[in-house]
Amino acid sequence: MEVPILKQGEYLIATFQAALSDADLNQLRSGLVHQVVKLRSRGVIVDVTAMDVMDSFASRTLREIAHMIRLRGAETVIVGIQPEVAFAMVQLGLTLEDVTTALDLEEGLAYLNEKFKNSH
Amino acid sequence: MAASPEIRVTINADPDIVIARQKGRARAIELGFSSGDATLIATAISELARNIVAYAKKGLITLQVVNGSNHQGISVTASDDGPGISDVRQALRDGFSTSGSLGLGLPGVRRLMDEFEITSQPGRGTTVVVKKWRQ
Repeated sequence: MEVPILKQGEYLIATFQAALSDADLNQLRSGLVHQVVKLRSRGVIVDVTAMDVMDSFASRTLREIAHMIRLRGAETVIVGIQPEVAFAMVQLGLTLEDVTTALDLEEGLAYLNEKFKNSH
Repeated sequence: MAASPEIRVTINADPDIVIARQKGRARAIELGFSSGDATLIATAISELARNIVAYAKKGLITLQVVNGSNHQGISVTASDDGPGISDVRQALRDGFSTSGSLGLGLPGVRRLMDEFEITSQPGRGTTVVVKKWRQ
């Protein structure tokens, strides 16, 4: 299942709909990086609220997305990691080092707005 | 309740990883595991199925109900006829990987579950059996 990418002003929002295969995650990675370039976006929010499991591959792909987008000069926020998923991630030894996370979409948008407040 | 049959999921490609972990979660919830424990079990299945795809290309995930002395649990068996692991002890150390992934994930899987058993023969394949007991 492909992840839809919505444009909202200077930001892109990708919302995970359900369990994603590796191919879906790879597609999201290239899709987001291309859209950031094409639309000159400054921020990206990846909403993983619906994600049932964050295994090593999903976690690594999210980190790669954030790092690639940072190289483009934009900022990524991962929002909506569920408490149970977070617990399993820690047990598994997965960390999203140097990736910004926020509670939900609202907090993610607030973070980006704050970040870009003084740059207009 | 009648004895539940085992569930077998053939792992041939990465979409099968998602199928296996969804079946595992559904089974765990049926057996009365909390949603949190079902997530731990589903995550462990995801990593085990991922190892099959990454190292052996194909294999099998089997889910079974197990009865302990005073509690019930779920057992997950991941088996393949792949290249096997020459140094199991090394594979169980955090950070070890031969495929350029985040690691075999085996130490993590061991932390997610209550019991962990691995048998592997180079050239013959690997079988990992993990169990979690219902609280």
